[in-house]
Amino acid sequence: MSIIQKTATEQLALLRSGEITSVELTQAYLSRINQIEPAVGAFLRVESETALTQAAEVDRRREIGETLGKLAGVPVAIKDILCTKDTPTTCGSKMLQNFVPPYNATVVEKLRSADAVILGRTNMDEFAMGSSTENSAYHPTQNPWDTSRIPGGSSGGAAACISADMAPLSLGTDTGGSIRQPAALCGCVGLKPTYGRVSRYGLIAFASSLDQIGPLARTVEDTALLMEVLAGHDSLDSTSVDTPVPAYSKSVHQPLESLTLGVVNQHFGEGIDPEIEAAVKQAIATYTSLGATIKNIEMPHADYGIATYYIIAPCEASSNLARYDGAHHGYRADHAEVLAELAEDGSDEGPLVRMYRKTRSEGFGAEVQRRIMLGTYALSEGYYDAFYLKALKVRRLIRQDYDNAFGEVDLIIGPVTANPAFAKGEKTSDPMAMYLEDLYTVTANLAGVAGISLPCGFTESGLPIGLQLQAAPFQEEKLLRAAQMFQNATDFHTRRPELS
Amino acid sequence: MSDAPYEIVVGLEVHVQLKTNTKLFCRCSTKFGKPPNTQTCPVCLGMPGALPVMNKKAYFLGMKTALALHCGIPKFTKWDRKNYFYPDLPKGYQTSQFDLPMSEEGYLDIQSTKDEFEPRRVRIIRAHLEEDAGKSMHDEAAGKGDSRIDLNRTGTPLLEIVSYPDMRSAAEAKVYMQELRLLLTYLDVSDCNMQEGSLRCDANVNLHIPTDHGVIATPIVEIKNMNSFRSVERGIIYEARRQYDVWQETGKVLGELPKQTRGWDDSGQVTRAQREKEESADYRYFPCPDLVPVVVTDEQIEKVRSGIGELPAGLRQRLQSDFGLSTYTAEVIVNQGRALVDYFQELAEACGDHRLAGNWVQGEVLRILKDQEVSIDDFKLTPSQLAELLKLIQAGDLDSSKAKDVFTAMLESGKSAADIVEDLGIERVDEGALEDLCRMLIERNQRVVEDVKGGNEKAVGALIGQAKKENPNVNPGQVRQICLDIIQNM
Repeated sequence: MSIIQKTATEQLALLRSGEITSVELTQAYLSRINQIEPAVGAFLRVESETALTQAAEVDRRREIGETLGKLAGVPVAIKDILCTKDTPTTCGSKMLQNFVPPYNATVVEKLRSADAVILGRTNMDEFAMGSSTENSAYHPTQNPWDTSRIPGGSSGGAAACISADMAPLSLGTDTGGSIRQPAALCGCVGLKPTYGRVSRYGLIAFASSLDQIGPLARTVEDTALLMEVLAGHDSLDSTSVDTPVPAYSKSVHQPLESLTLGVVNQHFGEGIDPEIEAAVKQAIATYTSLGATIKNIEMPHADYGIATYYIIAPCEASSNLARYDGAHHGYRADHAEVLAELAEDGSDEGPLVRMYRKTRSEGFGAEVQRRIMLGTYALSEGYYDAFYLKALKVRRLIRQDYDNAFGEVDLIIGPVTANPAFAKGEKTSDPMAMYLEDLYTVTANLAGVAGISLPCGFTESGLPIGLQLQAAPFQEEKLLRAAQMFQNATDFHTRRPELS
Repeated sequence: MSDAPYEIVVGLEVHVQLKTNTKLFCRCSTKFGKPPNTQTCPVCLGMPGALPVMNKKAYFLGMKTALALHCGIPKFTKWDRKNYFYPDLPKGYQTSQFDLPMSEEGYLDIQSTKDEFEPRRVRIIRAHLEEDAGKSMHDEAAGKGDSRIDLNRTGTPLLEIVSYPDMRSAAEAKVYMQELRLLLTYLDVSDCNMQEGSLRCDANVNLHIPTDHGVIATPIVEIKNMNSFRSVERGIIYEARRQYDVWQETGKVLGELPKQTRGWDDSGQVTRAQREKEESADYRYFPCPDLVPVVVTDEQIEKVRSGIGELPAGLRQRLQSDFGLSTYTAEVIVNQGRALVDYFQELAEACGDHRLAGNWVQGEVLRILKDQEVSIDDFKLTPSQLAELLKLIQAGDLDSSKAKDVFTAMLESGKSAADIVEDLGIERVDEGALEDLCRMLIERNQRVVEDVKGGNEKAVGALIGQAKKENPNVNPGQVRQICLDIIQNM
């Protein structure tokens, strides 16, 4: 078995015992990337040189007996939405093609102080808006299980690099399902933490009240390991919560006794692929065989999740993305072209306003523009109450649904997506169909609760199927322990796509 | 303005830069006058991924001011985003407080020392916190030249104090601003430097004009860019006349025209229509998801309240009731600031004669401070040094004109009052000796006696001059009185 097929936890043990060096491990991934990446396109940039430098430094420090961090020497891939000092951070957008942050996101700081090796930047839908990674301004990412299909999104690169063994661990972000959906479609594990569990400082905002950074990995154990490094209060993020971080990587192996799982009937309604329904029901049966009690629960407002999400997220996005106006950060339309345009169409619009317009028309892709317009409209005078304010009220009701549910059950179990990975281009001209990809995942973001996606089967055509578990706020430990129970009883996580 | 054919209605929006070391949502310095863009960080530059963290000191300074303005402090407030595009606003929105401001419904009492208007209570709608924008410097040549932006000021904490339209003249508006600045100075919450922009004022102005068909109101105009008390007054007077002229010309009344924004041009002494930021302002306010709501407790409010100290209105009262000062003297002393009030109190207690102390502080001391352009902190005489001089006046050892000579000499030499009196050879003249002197002078000047008896009391002045020649230490008032008494009894 090649070193890159081992889990991060196993690799750490080998690094500690001196059987391998970080440079060897990093080299192994770099050569895998070299071989596979052209077919997958998971990365926007592979940072070979700095990765090897970091790896050599960890090896050197290990040799002289220094105390090293929790991820010492293990490579991690980072979604290109997380600011990294002196490193281009594009957010999958032309708007930020030349943006080099002068500061690190808090999670990047945490990875550095855990002595992780940063392998490169993964591809994503522009500004995390999308469910297929086809909205990247640079190139699409292919699903390693079938390269004619999408890997999901927006953290498509983050999931694809894991399932194609191009990185053992990666960081994604999840605003409406952007970690869990690609994890499901690529057959890996992805955790969306409770809102406030991981600092958002340095995460380029899409929808601030929904965005969370989370880990992706091949196994639950590795996910727990990375989560332990990411979690924690940050004085730079007012919305991060000051509550102790459990030792997830230690407790993950303790099975839960007397586990009660809630099943939401709507999750198996119209529109769900029969193979997915069967696999998820089989997973529920697996839990029953492990001693879990299953309870049907009501989520009366879950049906309004998508509508609510597609008001709140675009509203926040319209404001968060206002800063990309050409005056301060990122792309700016060519000045001579602005003046030429004005002269040509004889508009009385001033050059400043035209510069804004042209910059944003050229710098943002179609989906980003669509959402900015949606949000701007919904926040406008006369529409605010009917859209934004109403959405906030429904959001509270959804949270109430969750609170009621978690009064009865430990976790909610269900599908991550209604369908397996779809073909590239299949939904690009149908935004609504694309938005429905988030059907089962958005409510966790609206309510701020934690959710995890883990492999629970394959379609006949060999596409991965994900199982979603959701937990009450700050119950990541429970979530991970329950997921590990499932993984102990199944082998879906051990299968690999055939790539060459 | 009583002769004007209209009544002016004014409401003021005052932006106060709070005295914090760091900005409202980041730790950049708020110091004025540094090289452009040197006091910035990812947060106040609005860089992607940067997040705001509230400066608690700013919140408490805002609360202190609101409490001093008698505002109510809600227990729960939040931050909102005011969205608009402008180059001096790097995030594309300003973080402010929209529907749940940190304070509401207060008032500020104003009165005129020059009797320009009746005392008035100006009600405050709200005082809320927000972040300042940067500064744009435009080259107005259309399509040519550069606009430059300095973001040092971006994110500086501002308290916006919005009054009801309760003022009825430009003079009231000016006094409101002066009284507000005095209050802020006493509270020590702002530098209140209008030139540096730490106290800025926008005025909403319109007219109520009595006509045969009842009173009509002219469209409301917001005047910006009034950077001194004088420009507040002049801007409003100008705008009132302009609105009256426009009304006479067009007959347009409130509701028939959109609210206009005009800028005060101090060099031209006119208001000019300003280019709007956006055609019609729809700021798309919504709660800022990056900041948590602010919850305050009764304990916190009481703690802030207990740190407020004595304020101008109360002090003016106390100087009258406890020290017997006149309304005018109390006003003049209090309006100079807390340090002068303290000086006065020490002086009054040291010399014992409160009114004498009040008159000296309001008169001689202030005159010197103005002449020398210094503050009371740099005044050469301590209250106890000056008290020595006042004691000599009380004892009758010095008349007022001699006392002023001694005062001037004390300031010049730094010597004590007693030493100066000795240096100048000032001696108290015995009353018997003084009467003898007067009788002698009357004998010598029979003409004066006749004039005085004939009804011309002023003629006695000639005797005073001669008395001073005989003995420079005589008190002219005393000489005059004694001479008159003797002549009347002759």
